[in-house]
Amino acid sequence: MRFAIPLVIFVLLVVLLGVGLTLDPREVPSPLIGKPAPAFSLPEVAAADRTLSLDQLKGQVFLLNVWASWCVSCRQEHPVLVEFSKRGIVPIYGLNYKDTRDDALAWLKRFGDPYRASAFDEDGKMGIEWGVYGVPETFLVDKHGVIRYKQTGPVTPEDLENKILPLIRELQSAA
Amino acid sequence: MKRLILCLCGLLAGHAADAMEVRQFDDPAKQERYETLIKDVRCLVCQNQSLAESDAELAKDLRTEVYNIIESGKSSEEAVQFLTDRYGDFVLYRPPFKSITLLLWLGPFLLLAGGAVFLWKQARRRAEAAQQEEALSAEERRRLQQLKDRFQG
Repeated sequence: MRFAIPLVIFVLLVVLLGVGLTLDPREVPSPLIGKPAPAFSLPEVAAADRTLSLDQLKGQVFLLNVWASWCVSCRQEHPVLVEFSKRGIVPIYGLNYKDTRDDALAWLKRFGDPYRASAFDEDGKMGIEWGVYGVPETFLVDKHGVIRYKQTGPVTPEDLENKILPLIRELQSAA
Repeated sequence: MKRLILCLCGLLAGHAADAMEVRQFDDPAKQERYETLIKDVRCLVCQNQSLAESDAELAKDLRTEVYNIIESGKSSEEAVQFLTDRYGDFVLYRPPFKSITLLLWLGPFLLLAGGAVFLWKQARRRAEAAQQEEALSAEERRRLQQLKDRFQG
C-alpha cells in the first residue's frame, strides 16, 4: 500500500499537467459576460457623418465582430461571416479597430461586407471599453444589451454551428 | 572576454529599448505609483511581459489609460479596477484573494505544512524504532568489532 502513494501522486500530476496542456492560455475569460455592453457612439466606417451607437442596436440579438484590415486572422474568419450574414439569422455589426478608413473600405470591397454597419474605432478606445485585446473578437449581445458570449480569435464554421447558433436561437426566443 | 562584454552591452541596450515612451508626472509620488503599477500588470497581447515591458499597441494604449487615471489624482486601486473590469483578474500578476484563487494562495503553505507533518512523523517513528532496538549481545558486539577491524585495518 505504501508503494502505491508515489504512484498515485505521479498519476495525479500527469492528469493535472495533461489537462494544463489542453488549455489555451491566450483565451482570457471576459469579465464582461453577463454584464451590460459598454455604451459607445462612433462614426461609421462607410460614412464619417453617420454614427453608430449602442442605443441603436438595442432590442435585438446581434453579433459585434471586432476586425481590422491589418489583421491576418480576420482574413481567415471573414468568409465565414460573409456566408453567415447571408442566412439573415442575426445582424452582424462591425467594430473596425485601429484602422484607417481607406484601408477598411478597400478591404470590405475586396472581400465582401457582412456587416449592417461598422463602427470606426480609430484610436481603439471602444476596444478598451469592451475588453478587446486581440483582433478578431466576436461578442454576442442579447435584446437587453447584455453581453452573453465572447469568442476570442477567428470564428470557425464549427464554432458558429455548435456554440454560437444555439445560443442565438435561445436568446432570440427569450423574452 | 570581449565577447562577454559585447553580450552584456547587448543585454543592456535591449533593456533600455523596452523602457518605452517617457511619461512625466508633475508629482514624483504619482510617477512612482504609475511605475510600480504598470510593472504589476500583465500585457494581454504578450502574456509573458508586463505592461511596462511590452511594446504591443494595446500595452501602449493601456499605459496611457493608467497614466490618465493616476494623473487625474485617482488611486492605484481605481486604475486596477479599470483594468480588471475589462480584462478580468488575469491581468494582475498578483491575483486577489478569492474563493477561486484560494488554492493558488494557500497551496504552497498547505504543501509546506504537509511536508512538515510528514517529516515530523518520520522522525518520531525513527526515534521509537531506536528506543525499541535491543542492545547487542556480547557475541554480536565481538563480531561487529571484528568486522570494523577488518575494514579499517
